[in-house]
Amino acid sequence: MADHDHDPHHEHGSELSETQLRVRALETILTEKGYVDPAALDAIVEAYETKVGPRNGAAVVARAWTDSAFKQALLKDATAAVATLGHVSPVGDHLVAVENTSGRHNMIVCTLCSCYPWEVLGLPPVWYKSAPYRSRAVKDPRGVLADFGVSLPKETEIRVWDSTAETRFLVLPMRPAGTEGWSEERLADLVTRDSMIGTGLARTPAELAR
Amino acid sequence: MNGVHDMGGMDGFGKVEVEANEPPFHERWEGRVLAMQRALGYAGAWHIDDSRFAQEALPPQVYLAASYYWRWALGMQKNLIERGFVTADEIAAGHALRPAKPLPRKLTADVVPASMTRSSFFRQQQGPARFKPGDRVRTANIHPQTHTRLPRYARDKLGTVERIHGCHAYPDSVATDRGDDPQWLYTVVFDGREIWGADADPTLKISIDAFEPYLEPA
Repeated sequence: MADHDHDPHHEHGSELSETQLRVRALETILTEKGYVDPAALDAIVEAYETKVGPRNGAAVVARAWTDSAFKQALLKDATAAVATLGHVSPVGDHLVAVENTSGRHNMIVCTLCSCYPWEVLGLPPVWYKSAPYRSRAVKDPRGVLADFGVSLPKETEIRVWDSTAETRFLVLPMRPAGTEGWSEERLADLVTRDSMIGTGLARTPAELAR
Repeated sequence: MNGVHDMGGMDGFGKVEVEANEPPFHERWEGRVLAMQRALGYAGAWHIDDSRFAQEALPPQVYLAASYYWRWALGMQKNLIERGFVTADEIAAGHALRPAKPLPRKLTADVVPASMTRSSFFRQQQGPARFKPGDRVRTANIHPQTHTRLPRYARDKLGTVERIHGCHAYPDSVATDRGDDPQWLYTVVFDGREIWGADADPTLKISIDAFEPYLEPA
């Protein structure tokens, strides 16, 4: 860790294990000094590997698609609205849900670091934290969308939300056509992580069948 | 600070590359770094804005070359040393060599589930909000050497207040160890052309969440 120039992704073989050894040494020091408990670290890692993920956000979206009173509550105060759902863990303060419509498409970024609604989407993907996304999302969002294979009508307003404070944003994607009468569970399968960041759209029934 | 972390609007980084079926962690050590950061935050070693500032203050070439969790590790080590929790010779030795500096509390496995819910950044308001939705505002032209959450691209720009999010801890104060200094927080929306000029996508609107000291009436 003393050598600040190392980039583990550019390292190979024994050097990669050197990164692991450095992190392990740091954990040893922090444990010996009583600052951290390795069992707690295990529990945190396990939670992010197994419990927290975009299924949580998809369940919120599916409810909003089927229950207009919930949708209104979600758009007014997403933290309070999520707390009323029995099947989704409560989230901390400052969650804000923003709705895509035929006239407006929302996209979320954090240009300054990597702020992301972990509680409803899990850990952010590498691309969300990368320089290409952080630099371009605010200036050329349609170009970024093209990288994701998404093309929107040229008159659609593109609204980019830069997460510069502790507010966290969740995009409420448009409900795909041809899903009338679908259960929440089935609808949730259409809700991708990227559709809740705004770099994608919800899947169509045809895409789901593929 | 005007660091390389403040990336909004920079050119030349290329396409967004998406990895299919990306795992939560690519290497085991990444999860350990994340977990140590969380545990130290819970313990009260420092605030999230201190973590951000430690990474922003890395030399730009280090910041850009480091992978995400390696940057976390570097920032964490910087804070551990600068704040007197760990010494450089302990890092070199790979073991504790001196007594610990006391921390307010310790994260144990039984409280991890509860700790997964984010803590609130709401703080007691110190006075009425200066702005309301619909107000026209100009953002500050500031260039502090310290931590700020007003991105460069959004400085000295005309925008409109859209939402009020209540009174929050103020990162610019927290990260300079001057306490929460609670401030009203607003979503301020800008026309793309106000930010990027006449060639901007005419359908583009950009918003930031701006603390009240970043704003003046326009």
